[in-house]
Amino acid sequence: MQLTHARQFARDSERRSHADARHDRIFRRLLKFCALLVLVALLGAALSTLWGGREVLFGQGLHFLTSDAWNPVKDDYGALAPIFGTVVTSLIAIVLSVPVSFGVAMFLTEIAPNWMRGPVSSAIELLAGIPSIIYGMWGLFVFVPFMSGIEPVLSDTLGKIPLIGRLFQGPPIGLGLLTAGIVLAVMILPFITSVMREVFQTVPTRLKESAYALGSTRWEVLWDIVLPYTRSAVIGGIILGLGRALGETMAVTFVLGNSYNITSSLLMPGTSISSSIANEFNEAVGLHRSALIALGFLLFVVTFIVLLIARLMLRQLAKREGK
Amino acid sequence: MLNSCRTFAVTAAIIVASTFGSAAHAVDVTGAGSSFVYPVVSKWSATYAEKTGNQINYQSIGSGGGIAQIKAGTVDFGASDMPLDEATLDKFGLGQFPDVIGGIVPAFNLDGVASGQLVLDGQTLADIFLGKITRWNDAAIAALNPDVKLPDAKVTVVHRSDGSGTTFNFSNYLSKVSPEWKTRVGEGTAVQWPVGIGGKGNQGVSAYIKQIKNSIGYVEYAYALQNNIGSAVMKNAAGKVVAPASTAFQAAADTANWKDAKNFNLLMTNAPGEDAWPITATSWVIMPKQPRNAANAKVVLEFFKWAYENGQEQARSLDYVPLPQSLVDQIENYWKTDFKM
Repeated sequence: MQLTHARQFARDSERRSHADARHDRIFRRLLKFCALLVLVALLGAALSTLWGGREVLFGQGLHFLTSDAWNPVKDDYGALAPIFGTVVTSLIAIVLSVPVSFGVAMFLTEIAPNWMRGPVSSAIELLAGIPSIIYGMWGLFVFVPFMSGIEPVLSDTLGKIPLIGRLFQGPPIGLGLLTAGIVLAVMILPFITSVMREVFQTVPTRLKESAYALGSTRWEVLWDIVLPYTRSAVIGGIILGLGRALGETMAVTFVLGNSYNITSSLLMPGTSISSSIANEFNEAVGLHRSALIALGFLLFVVTFIVLLIARLMLRQLAKREGK
Repeated sequence: MLNSCRTFAVTAAIIVASTFGSAAHAVDVTGAGSSFVYPVVSKWSATYAEKTGNQINYQSIGSGGGIAQIKAGTVDFGASDMPLDEATLDKFGLGQFPDVIGGIVPAFNLDGVASGQLVLDGQTLADIFLGKITRWNDAAIAALNPDVKLPDAKVTVVHRSDGSGTTFNFSNYLSKVSPEWKTRVGEGTAVQWPVGIGGKGNQGVSAYIKQIKNSIGYVEYAYALQNNIGSAVMKNAAGKVVAPASTAFQAAADTANWKDAKNFNLLMTNAPGEDAWPITATSWVIMPKQPRNAANAKVVLEFFKWAYENGQEQARSLDYVPLPQSLVDQIENYWKTDFKM
């Protein structure tokens, strides 16, 4: 009697573990499928832009990458001006928004009184929910007139300094690389801030309290304890913001000035990859359309290179830490 | 239960019968293309549907898209701000005719200079857009405006950033009046602008001109009116100074040499008439000459015939200009001789 019970039990548990293994396999396959789906979608998008832009990418080759001409009449296209505008506006946005996001996140996690944290955090998250066209219209109707008042002051003061002065010379029309960079900075601020705030909260209280107990100031705790502990996540947040800035279309189109220029001055109008596509795709035919799709492919490449640099930086940091 | 089922079936049958019944004699046709004509075509089609029951579905996907669709035969008619040339029309068996007229005006923002006070001619306009004239008190502008106090300020040029029929007609005009423009820039729905900033759409250009002092750009006449921005008067091909107005646009259409233009392949810019506005534009309806779906094509022609005759008020209310009668007669004649359905 006892024996049959034991046998029964063994058989049951065997059957169960078989079922478990099967479920596990299905689950694993499902997850793998999800992960592969992302890869396939990305690869598909990259390849289809490569295919769509083949006439220009392979037909004109290096000329497309090195020329700053953009002439639909003569069908002569170069991607240098849009790439320049994309990279410069995104850099301005990152340079402006990272310190501010850092400050906001620090304030919210370490310094702000409890009653303030909730409302300010929700306000920042709301900022992330505003559609980019709203930023564009705000930029055009509110911020551009403001900037056209500021720009003469900029070119009279900063513009007089040798070397960096060249960055701030130009007609005070309010549109241009600097304005677009600032609008982008406001747009990516909430993304970077929320990531930073989330990860700063994960730092163990014991660690911070130990540092305070050793007589550290608030700044020392933040800079030497919190930041190193969360560094890779913080950089991840910055990359997320940078990715958004590189691909942003509508807001940039409104305030960048849409002219194919490469200038030393940040006050001059420029163009970006995504705004060129948004502007011209509708009426483009033949080689013009191919050039715009090729620009889309280049945006993939630019984003990829930026991500690669970020990864390398992270690895370098990790290495230094290991020493 | 059975009873309610039967009631349901009967009701359904009645509904189905009535919908199909009314659809039997109304025709749905589709068109696609130019966004320039979209406002007026959609207004016309609403009224036309009320009168006849025939639905004209027009999608404003851009002229390039409209041409592609009519070549592929996926729509009953296309609309483009750029006429197709003889070879393309023949290759695809297409015909084209104008639908409505619009004017393009140089619009500016100058303190102390009111709308209509600034006089420009083609050469000066081209030099401004070439970046050769950079200040408002330049001798060339001053010579045309002896009585206007022009500021000693830098000119900011505003152009379209998107491909558009407006740009096509504007750059075509500048090519006609300035040899340097023709060789350096040329004409097209999008061109390589030597100077200036780009605004998206007529709205974008208007917004920039309004905000930027000492700027000049070009917009469709309606946008200059609606946004209350100053528009310049122009010296035309006959050497007369004319103000932008529907009569001046119509004069351009009237005096343009349509008779010698096969398939209406003609741009009305720099028209010869004494009262003609120099930058007048139209948009073309493009259709197969031997359509596969003759019933639909017939409705399209009837629709435009109706619009030429009865849509004039609606066109004017949207600041378009109806075609002059002389041109309408030619178009109706063209339908008879060239279209087989």
